[in-house]
Amino acid sequence: MQHYTMNLTLKVWKQKNSKTNGAFETYQVKNISSEMSFLEMFDVLNEQLVAEGKEPIAFDHDCREGICGMCSMYINGRAHGPWSQNTTCQLHMREYKDGDTIVVEPWRATSFPVIKDLVVDRSAFDRIIGAGGYISVNTGNAVDANSLPIDKQKADEAFQAATCIGCGACVAACPNTSAMLFVSAKVSHLALLPQGEPERKTRALNMIHQMDTEGFGSCTNIGACEAECPKGISLENIARLNREYLGAMFSGSATGGA
Amino acid sequence: MALNSKIPAGPLDAKWKTYKSTCKLVNPANKRQLEIIVVGTGLAGASAAASLGEMGYKVKAFCFQDSPRRAHSIAAQGGINAAKNYQNDGDSTYRLFYDTIKGGDYRAREGNVHRLAEVSANIIDQCVAQGVPFAREYGGLLSNRSFGGTQVQRTFYAAGQTGQQLLIGAYQGLERQISLGNVEMFSRHEMLEVVKIDGKARGIIARNLVTGELERHFGHAVLLCTGGYGNVFYLSTNAMGSNVTAAWKAHKAGAYFGNPCFTQIHPTCIPVSGDHQSKLTLMSESLRNDGRIWVPKQKGDNRKPTEIKEEERDYYLERRYPAFGNLVPRDVASRAAKERCDAGYGVGSSKMAVYLDFGAAIERYGKIEANKQGKPNLDKASIIALGKDVVKEKYGNLFDMYEKITGENPYEVPMRIYPAVHYTMGGLWVDYELMTTVPNLYALGEANFSDHGANRLGASALMQGLADGYFVIPYTLGNNLADDIRTKAIPTDHPAFVAAEKEVSDRINRMMNIKGKESVESFHKRLGKIMWDKCGMGRNAKGLKEAIEEIRALRKEFWSNVRIPGDIKEYNPELDKAGRVADFIELGELMCIDALDRNESCGGHFREESQTEEGEALRDDENFMYVAAWEFKGESKFELHKEELVYDVVHPSARSYK
Repeated sequence: MQHYTMNLTLKVWKQKNSKTNGAFETYQVKNISSEMSFLEMFDVLNEQLVAEGKEPIAFDHDCREGICGMCSMYINGRAHGPWSQNTTCQLHMREYKDGDTIVVEPWRATSFPVIKDLVVDRSAFDRIIGAGGYISVNTGNAVDANSLPIDKQKADEAFQAATCIGCGACVAACPNTSAMLFVSAKVSHLALLPQGEPERKTRALNMIHQMDTEGFGSCTNIGACEAECPKGISLENIARLNREYLGAMFSGSATGGA
Repeated sequence: MALNSKIPAGPLDAKWKTYKSTCKLVNPANKRQLEIIVVGTGLAGASAAASLGEMGYKVKAFCFQDSPRRAHSIAAQGGINAAKNYQNDGDSTYRLFYDTIKGGDYRAREGNVHRLAEVSANIIDQCVAQGVPFAREYGGLLSNRSFGGTQVQRTFYAAGQTGQQLLIGAYQGLERQISLGNVEMFSRHEMLEVVKIDGKARGIIARNLVTGELERHFGHAVLLCTGGYGNVFYLSTNAMGSNVTAAWKAHKAGAYFGNPCFTQIHPTCIPVSGDHQSKLTLMSESLRNDGRIWVPKQKGDNRKPTEIKEEERDYYLERRYPAFGNLVPRDVASRAAKERCDAGYGVGSSKMAVYLDFGAAIERYGKIEANKQGKPNLDKASIIALGKDVVKEKYGNLFDMYEKITGENPYEVPMRIYPAVHYTMGGLWVDYELMTTVPNLYALGEANFSDHGANRLGASALMQGLADGYFVIPYTLGNNLADDIRTKAIPTDHPAFVAAEKEVSDRINRMMNIKGKESVESFHKRLGKIMWDKCGMGRNAKGLKEAIEEIRALRKEFWSNVRIPGDIKEYNPELDKAGRVADFIELGELMCIDALDRNESCGGHFREESQTEEGEALRDDENFMYVAAWEFKGESKFELHKEELVYDVVHPSARSYK
């Protein structure tokens, strides 16, 4: 692969905290290698800003290998940038060419308030999981793991749903800021497994209730969430969640769980 | 202070059983009065916090990330070991224990390791009950694969995302306890000091990373589940935020640091591409089940790998270690890769890489698949296509990751790989109950030193983190706190809290007021280079002595010339990082001191002065069969305490994988 360097113009959202208004600021970066990751390009920019005595840009990131779900960034109008099934930290600069302009914004959703610059508060997701995204099994209660054979296809499907990294790209991509893909991935993961059966109804009801309480929008089947999901979580999960929810509405109660 | 490891008396396989049935208990009503602080929410922290919450303790959990689910355990790829013997291939608790002791090059405690092997099976049961979607066979039962340093298949896995699935399981359990009110969660918080009252750990000072405010938190006990310190090398497979700060503060508050120089360099990582590199990415050891490692037989061969014929390739691991082949332990595989590259046989533009090749595996799986489908005479291209599908199911996410980073398709061309810092076996010294030398201060998971000796076997970190959190601490904590039930919660206006907060605040102010010229990042890079060059895969006395001087000079420079932008009372990642790098610099010095003191080679610690004629690590059991536990005595002053290792059951011998 041919490597090259490039000069870029960056328009980045700067916002001091959740109480102040933000605005775009323009920066120039030079000699960016095509082998760098997108966040390494941000590292270069931040080093440059520190050297100039300016404040660097705050952004969330941690594992830098596409699994922790901490990085976000809305890049040129796409959650996690242009590559499909990819996180921002795994986007590499060979995508860009010399002279390009790149616009970078935070996740925009009422339920994800901006903390600073590109950093947002996604704790609403934790509270949704706390409302029912688990199997109630205390440590020490388990029986032998192989005493419960599980159909491989079911297990694989559950695994696919469970690969959600909780990054919030689905919410950011959705014009309604709906969290249905996130919620449905967890409901599907647990509903597909026999261990999840006993709490199936209360789980769907309680998680949906919490999702609404957090202020996420409604799902209108646009499908932007699936298109932008870095882990390829399928819309089929939302269909399953709707079935789970309706089934539970007719027969369950939302006060159980935990 | 004399070290007391508190290993229970009696035969090895009865120690833990006896301990569990005789340890002191805390009744449910009293548990509600006892407050526990858990720092870190990876596998060890999340499992401990959730389990203790379930038991009725009042728990406060802390993590620096925005959610407990982001802790770096999430990135563990290949699997988790357990002595289930589901494959009927001769596995047992004893064999897992033995492999771990041998893999660690006889520098771990027998009692701890046997307990780990005993509880390993319970972990798999617990995780399956939580809904962790492990890989399964068509019959619906759990699937296993092999990892390095073993000859059985005992590794449970969920594609290349085992850590993610296990952590999500523990995290869900934790969130359940949070919603029930049994655990209070503090994310985006960093622990910056241990508070000691009457010699016992009774709380922490934490900084709210969003507001920059310092907070005081009381706990009857403090559990550090804060991971390893691989980022002392700047480049490692750790997450960007992974740091030693909590453990280092504990060390300075009196907790001894065990075997700090024991570092694991993982053989299969994507090579460094340039100076811009911020971290390194692991390619799971599970790939060595099917991938074959090789370099060209001819020095400086610049042909494409696909143009190099079979007979012109040197499968050096298979050649040197026929019994274990590509599945030798990590330290052995890493040194062998370095040896080939140093000798001029490396590949790729930097020549600091070797090939990990799936060509043979793809063809083998393709043939099996063709037979399964009743098409034994299929043409080669179709067989390869079938084989690629099988490999994709096993390792798809890893292959995708490789392609995203390098722009090369590993289904078509071999991966280029090179060793990178991955894990630290060293950590806070703990006794059998996981308590440090500071009473009521515990260390769990990678943060402690206890189970992996001088080299950890693959798929054993997840096992240890969850063993400590789910199955060990719930017993050992109660045994200690049973004597503490009359201790009322101590108000945080106690002078010890005030003093600890002032110390933290003074240090932050001092750092912010340096207003120098050099960035935190730059200091971190310079430290990393010293550590990698002189305390990395090969170490010698001369280099280590130089490193100690260089690190001392670097520390002085840091404290007079670091530039930290922004303010204290706000979200300021540069300030967070500055504190971490300052601690890494101090730890780096201790690592070099420990490496210099241990004048033998064992596991991942390779002293060039101590090797066999064939270049294998040469242990010196007579002089170094001990845990080096270092006591902090003031700036650049550390006192060595030795915990002699006693082997009642296993007889240490030269570790051979030939």
